[in-house]
Amino acid sequence: MMIYFDNAATSWPKPPGVTEAMLHFMEAVGANPGRAAHRLAVESGRILYDAREAVAELFHAADPLRVVFTKNVTEALNLALRGLLRPGDHVVTSSMEHNSLMRPLRALERSGVQVTVVGCSPQGTLDPADVEMAIRPTTKLVALNHASNVVGTLLPVAEVGAICRERGPLLLVDAAQTGGAYPLDVQAARVDLLGFTGHKSLGGPMGTGGLVIGERVDEKQLDPLVRGGTGSRSEQEVQPDFLPDMCESGTPNVVGLAGLAAGVRWVLARGVEAIRAHEVALTRALIEGLRAIPGVTVYGTLDAESQTATVAFNIAGLPCSEVGLRLDDDYGIMCRVGLHCAPAAHRTIGTFPDGTVRFGLGAFNAMDEVEAALAAVRELAGEGQ
Amino acid sequence: MSDGAYAVILLYATSHAIRAEKVLKQTGIPSKMIPVPRHISSSCGVCVRVARADQEVARQALEQAGVEIEGIHGI
Repeated sequence: MMIYFDNAATSWPKPPGVTEAMLHFMEAVGANPGRAAHRLAVESGRILYDAREAVAELFHAADPLRVVFTKNVTEALNLALRGLLRPGDHVVTSSMEHNSLMRPLRALERSGVQVTVVGCSPQGTLDPADVEMAIRPTTKLVALNHASNVVGTLLPVAEVGAICRERGPLLLVDAAQTGGAYPLDVQAARVDLLGFTGHKSLGGPMGTGGLVIGERVDEKQLDPLVRGGTGSRSEQEVQPDFLPDMCESGTPNVVGLAGLAAGVRWVLARGVEAIRAHEVALTRALIEGLRAIPGVTVYGTLDAESQTATVAFNIAGLPCSEVGLRLDDDYGIMCRVGLHCAPAAHRTIGTFPDGTVRFGLGAFNAMDEVEAALAAVRELAGEGQ
Repeated sequence: MSDGAYAVILLYATSHAIRAEKVLKQTGIPSKMIPVPRHISSSCGVCVRVARADQEVARQALEQAGVEIEGIHGI
């Protein structure tokens, strides 16, 4: 038996149609989009545009041309942060962030950007009033994850979005853990910049991700991370200043984006609400089952409705690394243990530096897998007593 | 191709041209993506060719859909 519970890192298996879309591109299209105008180049451009439309539809973004593709969410967050923030600007973020956001912010801090980290509760929750209090006249950006990669706790991005609209700063949301698994409407939630990754709940391959750029962001003020050929304005030696070209220099990963489009279309066909309901049922059973095992500590809100399908726990007397090894070797259960690239989040929930065991469930997991995993943890916990 | 039979619609980028193609298809205006003629622009990109007779209705359809047009040239 093999149970894949590492979907918070990368989803697997992929939805039907994803591999086929990538094979189709490789075998029947293959050409460079946006350069030549022959039929295969145009078809490649259509596939790329279709991927923009699929992502825009999923997140309710008004304009597919304001969907910029990057190689993952880390690059998208770097683009937003390094592209918009200048010395003297102030940023508000939370103590539950992943290093994909924290590290670029800490680097910007050294060049004169001011950073306020608003503390979250030990359950990982954030009080929007604390964000509001941290906003200053120089606050250019509020940057938050939509859900923690460590404990799955959802942050109140729509409430913060309303505050940002009233007080002025832009809102950047890292949707790595929620895109495709939890509904998000960037217009209703007033999200100005949304970073997403393709290889988790969007069902796409690695090497795909992007940034959805709202109308409140002036792209003329956005510095691209990389400059180069775009297929447009070739007579000019300066970078174009319009989206998406200004942020997409060099040949894009069309084979990957063909897969991403197929993944997003699958999510749209099944429905994010339906995927969410399935994951909530699994998460609730997992949390309740784990809490009933003596010696097991579960972290987070302990409420399936307040989090994603990512559940963090520890077994008394057994280091998480040992638990991870035994789960894989003896039970065929694949998960991730340790600090999950998020030291701030582990400090917040009180598990730094030891870390936790993380079960990251996904759309393709089933209840019998949750039951098998609970039985395995029960046995290991018995040994730890 | 007879002289003056077509118009080419220049867009700002390939992604814009593909959006234009989609809009024109939905509107029922025949179009084809072709390389931007060198005598019109030195851009290495693509443009959308329509029949000269469809030029105005194409322009209106694109403007209504919010597609920014860089220029329209008869060829």
